[in-house]
Amino acid sequence: MSNVVRTLGGPLKTPRYAFCKLSLKRSSLLFALPKIKAQCFTPMKRIQVRRFSHSRFVQSNELMDNLKKIQSLEREAEDVDVCIVGAGPAGLGAAIRIKQEAAKAGKEIRVIVLEKAAEPGNHSVSGAVIQPTALDELIPDWKNEPPRHCTPVSSDTMKFLIPGMQFPIPVPPVISNKGNYIMSLAELTKWLATKAEELDVELYPSFAASEVLYNEDGSVRGVATNDFGVDSKGLQKDNFERGMAFHAPITLFAEGARGSLSKSVIQRFDLQKNSEPQTYGLGIKEVWRVPDENFRNGEVAHTLGWPLRNDTYGGGFMYQFGDNYVSVGLVVGLDYPNPYVSPAAEFQRMKQNPFFAKVLKGGTCLEYAARSLNEGGYQSIPKLVFPGGALIGCSAGFVNVAKIKGTHTAMKSGMVAADAIVEAFNTGDVNKPLTIDAYEENLKNSFVFKELYSVRNMRPSFHAFPFLGNYGGMVYSALDSYLFKGKVPWTFSHKKGDAAVTASASSYKPINYPKPDNVLSFDTPTSVARSGTMHAENQPCHLFDSRPNDRQDAYRMYKGVENRFCPAGVYEYVDDETLPTGKRFVINSQNCVHCKTCDIKDPLQGINWKTPQGGDGPKQTLT
Amino acid sequence: MSKLRVLVGVKRTLDYMLKPRINPAKTGVDLAGQKMSINPFCDIAVEEAIRIKETQKDRVEDTLVVTAGPSASEQILRQSLAKGIQRASLIDVGNKELEPLSVAKLLKATVEKEKSNLVILGKQAIDDDAHQTGGMLAAMLGWPQFTSASKVAFEGDKVVVTREIDGGAETLSSPLPAVITTDLRLNVPRFANLAKVMKARKAPLGKLTPEDLGVPIENRLQTLSVEEPVSKRQSIMVKNVDEFVKTLKELKAL
Repeated sequence: MSNVVRTLGGPLKTPRYAFCKLSLKRSSLLFALPKIKAQCFTPMKRIQVRRFSHSRFVQSNELMDNLKKIQSLEREAEDVDVCIVGAGPAGLGAAIRIKQEAAKAGKEIRVIVLEKAAEPGNHSVSGAVIQPTALDELIPDWKNEPPRHCTPVSSDTMKFLIPGMQFPIPVPPVISNKGNYIMSLAELTKWLATKAEELDVELYPSFAASEVLYNEDGSVRGVATNDFGVDSKGLQKDNFERGMAFHAPITLFAEGARGSLSKSVIQRFDLQKNSEPQTYGLGIKEVWRVPDENFRNGEVAHTLGWPLRNDTYGGGFMYQFGDNYVSVGLVVGLDYPNPYVSPAAEFQRMKQNPFFAKVLKGGTCLEYAARSLNEGGYQSIPKLVFPGGALIGCSAGFVNVAKIKGTHTAMKSGMVAADAIVEAFNTGDVNKPLTIDAYEENLKNSFVFKELYSVRNMRPSFHAFPFLGNYGGMVYSALDSYLFKGKVPWTFSHKKGDAAVTASASSYKPINYPKPDNVLSFDTPTSVARSGTMHAENQPCHLFDSRPNDRQDAYRMYKGVENRFCPAGVYEYVDDETLPTGKRFVINSQNCVHCKTCDIKDPLQGINWKTPQGGDGPKQTLT
Repeated sequence: MSKLRVLVGVKRTLDYMLKPRINPAKTGVDLAGQKMSINPFCDIAVEEAIRIKETQKDRVEDTLVVTAGPSASEQILRQSLAKGIQRASLIDVGNKELEPLSVAKLLKATVEKEKSNLVILGKQAIDDDAHQTGGMLAAMLGWPQFTSASKVAFEGDKVVVTREIDGGAETLSSPLPAVITTDLRLNVPRFANLAKVMKARKAPLGKLTPEDLGVPIENRLQTLSVEEPVSKRQSIMVKNVDEFVKTLKELKAL
């Protein structure tokens, strides 16, 4: 996008983008009508930083000091050819492709994939309706032995919900699911992992890459895995094991949306400089098994409207597949301004609408999961390549929000990166860090960028029109998908990042969510238990709060927004008479389901999500 | 002092953090696609064997970890190798259900083949909670058994084990050979070091079938049905004995 602006003077690579100029400035001029002042401000300026000399904060300094001591210990190091962080569709797609192409070229390329989950797929969450474009290219005969529960889509509906009722609305052609497959992303990931191991990819689950290693010149040298056996104060336990370092000429970051290492690499190399900030949504879902009479195999349904208000983007989904399994969920755009909104509670009450209740009645809820996903689209894609490394998949952000699909684009990005890597190994000197520019060039010419470009205005249109909110977005999106198909000279811009949009609680009233009925809706502890999440006892809290002193002010301003945006009840304000607001900020990291919403939505942007010990976290298999 | 040849028997079970799901036909637990791991008590047994190897260095001649199960069970064997066990062996039974008696017979045959003189097992498996294999094996071998061990030590040619019992702790000793089954507080298993996991990935595994050991697998039990436990029990308060009897009659308990 920004590259196109720069090359306007000279020959353009792809003529159809010729009219996309000055897109950002022009659109904000056109739509400079007074927007609703949502009392946004930059928390950094308004909140006074007060130094608390409370013993709690001394404790966190002690932890950091102890962790620093461990960091200075030597690590065992291993030299490999390619290091991939994250065994998801992008990471495994890249690994498989590298091995396939290397075999064709008669070369041996050693590929290591590190995965923080106990097993590949345990942390994979998606609807999911997969468009098989990338899969067909990677493994053309995949249908002979498809992933478990893979079901071709048989019908596609869209509904608009109001309390107690639903209305059908037409399915825009851009999100039609003909030829697509409903499956569990966890199952697809496990299936890809088996294919990767058959090709001799070295896959190490239960080992989280926790640190990026750099050369003297600032290029990426590789990554190091987490240390095991560190207690909550940062001291070594009896079973302490220092992490291992992997050095490679090229490291691919495939951690998914808001990956922890990807975040640090994007900051360090300023990769977001020429793009808009990434925006996110939070997807919360459950997988149910329902009785035969309710089950309609292969049905894909999406909903808009209730329970979300007009200023909150999002929609529900219900996919029926496999052995009477129903995947039901809600995606909420994290740019909602109202700090009283709780996406998890909205999801729980959404299921009370007869459209969902009729299907789920008599069924059993098997699994619960939550994960943030990119919504920034074309405007927010960062620079993908840097010396010694590259971002693939959702770590960069290729989700087509209109179709709500990102798996095919993630896989394709992994494959294009793989091709660039094999090319580099064939031709160039691989004893130094590689900068695989060919990956970024080729991806721009692939269906990934073309698709994302054509739907770039749909998501931002939901907040582009003042006063109209979601309705404005729905009208514009309908026009865009039936008429314009993205061929317009303007590009809507996102607002600032999701955290900055959070407004003060004083502008809103608390929302009275209904109590869970334990039949269709459940409370947070029950849901968290269903995710199978576990974090080993006595380890440092993996959620680092760099602004603990400001939580009192944050409570005054947002009245506990942290407790509401987290779908697992990790953050709490418990009663404490000794503090000025009467509330103390507590982090229950054992409940964490690894969704990364806190890293995105914390108004103070103080919470830094880091990997816990490898093998910790959810153990999902049907999500 | 005799050399120690240690045999550790392990089992692959549903991961302990996951809630078991009953299959729609209500004939068993639905394990398809679920994460399977080493039984936690077996993990403790592996750890104990490694500690014995580390503290009794010159005395330990061999450590061997064995499991009977499908070929996917290789994974827990490789994890044990990565932690420090010297050899591993898989008894491939395909997808057959194994009852504790069959496992005990397979282990007996393995003990005789490998000439082991110390067998360490987990006290029970978290899927069937049978708590039988260790005892059956000891009886078939005619060896002393120490079940639910919380501390293991060696004094000369004797093994001294502290067991946790209802009344407290009991310390027993006997000369080798012996069977020990582990309880939770015996030790905290170590983490496998990634470098060792990488080496264990390609390590050779012994592969056997029940026929090789001369043990036919016969199942004597048939599972009729599996149901979820009753989740909500009603508490009915009654005022006197007459009302109590009346209520019991209404509930058809009398």
